Amino acid sequence: MKRYLLLPVAAALAACVAPAPMGERPAVVPQDIEHITALLKRDFHERGQAKIDRIDLDEVQRICNLNADNPPESLAKPLEEAQMKAIKFPNGSLMGDWKNGERIAQSGRGSMWNDKPGVQQGGSCYNCHQLSPKVEAYGTLGPSLAGFGKIRGNRPEIQQYVYGKIYNAKAYSVCSQMPRFGHAGTLNEQQIKDLVALLLDPKSPVNQ
Amino acid sequence: MRSLAGTALLASAFAAAPAWAQQSPYAEYQRMATESAPIELFEIAGEELWKKKQGPKNVSLQACDLGQGPGMLKGAYSHLPRYFADADRVMDLEARLLHCMMTLQGRSREEATKRVEGNADKGSEMELLSAFVAGQSHGMPMRPGTAHAKEKAAYELGHKLYFHRAGPWDFSCASCHGEEGKRIRMSGLPVLFKPEYARPLMAAWPAYRVSTSKIVTLQWRMNDCYRQMRMPEPNFGSDVTVALIHFMTVTAEGAVYRGPGIKR
Repeated sequence: MKRYLLLPVAAALAACVAPAPMGERPAVVPQDIEHITALLKRDFHERGQAKIDRIDLDEVQRICNLNADNPPESLAKPLEEAQMKAIKFPNGSLMGDWKNGERIAQSGRGSMWNDKPGVQQGGSCYNCHQLSPKVEAYGTLGPSLAGFGKIRGNRPEIQQYVYGKIYNAKAYSVCSQMPRFGHAGTLNEQQIKDLVALLLDPKSPVNQ
Repeated sequence: MRSLAGTALLASAFAAAPAWAQQSPYAEYQRMATESAPIELFEIAGEELWKKKQGPKNVSLQACDLGQGPGMLKGAYSHLPRYFADADRVMDLEARLLHCMMTLQGRSREEATKRVEGNADKGSEMELLSAFVAGQSHGMPMRPGTAHAKEKAAYELGHKLYFHRAGPWDFSCASCHGEEGKRIRMSGLPVLFKPEYARPLMAAWPAYRVSTSKIVTLQWRMNDCYRQMRMPEPNFGSDVTVALIHFMTVTAEGAVYRGPGIKR
């Protein structure tokens, strides 16, 4: 009974939250998420493979949006564990062909409304990371991965880590800015193995 | 159309560009391109379209009210986006032009938005009109509407949309435009929720894009960002895109409009 009485008060308080100062990230409450999702559904239309259901949030996105990408450990841990559990690790060696990995890393195609569905997608890796030191047009949103395998070697645990991180970065850091390439269906098992080789194969340009 | 003094102002604006812009490997290229870009030709083509009788009612857009009264072009762009009582919503330049095409000229939304994106051979009506109208605010401080309740709501919505992560790649605007000093490949990434980045950037839209040899508009920019975010496509001139544009323009408030500008 008391709870019901408090609900309108809580809603009024949420609506009264002062606007965020300019230049800062605004605080977001669940009503904001519902409002924005409904608006996006009203104001967007499907095109090609980009269907309207892409607007729906999963729990990872919801929690990250509600917590400015920095949720408390009590929320982050169980989500990371669930994401980790959903990674499909193949048996045996996780090292594919670094030459194909380099092509995947260079390609930024895939999943956009103007991309043909079914065509092999790229990983857009160079958009955000330095990989082969020979490639000058690399982005800096993510850390440099030049010499990644040279420093760390390529024992099975390292292969497992790299495969998992590419498959689903949110299993390691729930609000990571890196897309979940395997989880989202962007890259398949062989493509991720090829990227593991790009990072870890001693012959890969990344490690020269 | 633009005087030599205007060109000098533009050049000095680049000379006074913030440090992040100077770091971009494109900075010198952009400075050089500024001196030889054919922006005036697009503005002239836009003026012809503004005066051209079109649509079922066979009238021009000359009676279109962009916020300063019917047909008043001087400074109109520098006060957009703003709330329009006749449409009861906040509109940016392109949403307002579309509104005028539909109400004044009697055209359907479908017909008027069929070709909002042009190409190097033939710019779209929306692109050319945008260049023309925006050019009439050159040198004026940007003062978008902020007083009306719907303007405040649009700003706050835009602010939250900027950080809203969604889609198969979990992206928001801030995924790329969230941290200082970052770039995608070789392109510098302005942090558009901060005034020091928003001011020089928003003061240069719409712009001539050298790599595609055409005028690009803010509605196009929102559309193409959502494409790369792997999201579905936003409707042209929708509340969502207008809210984002309004949010970034208010963040840039007070900047002297120096467009139409130049992009690589």
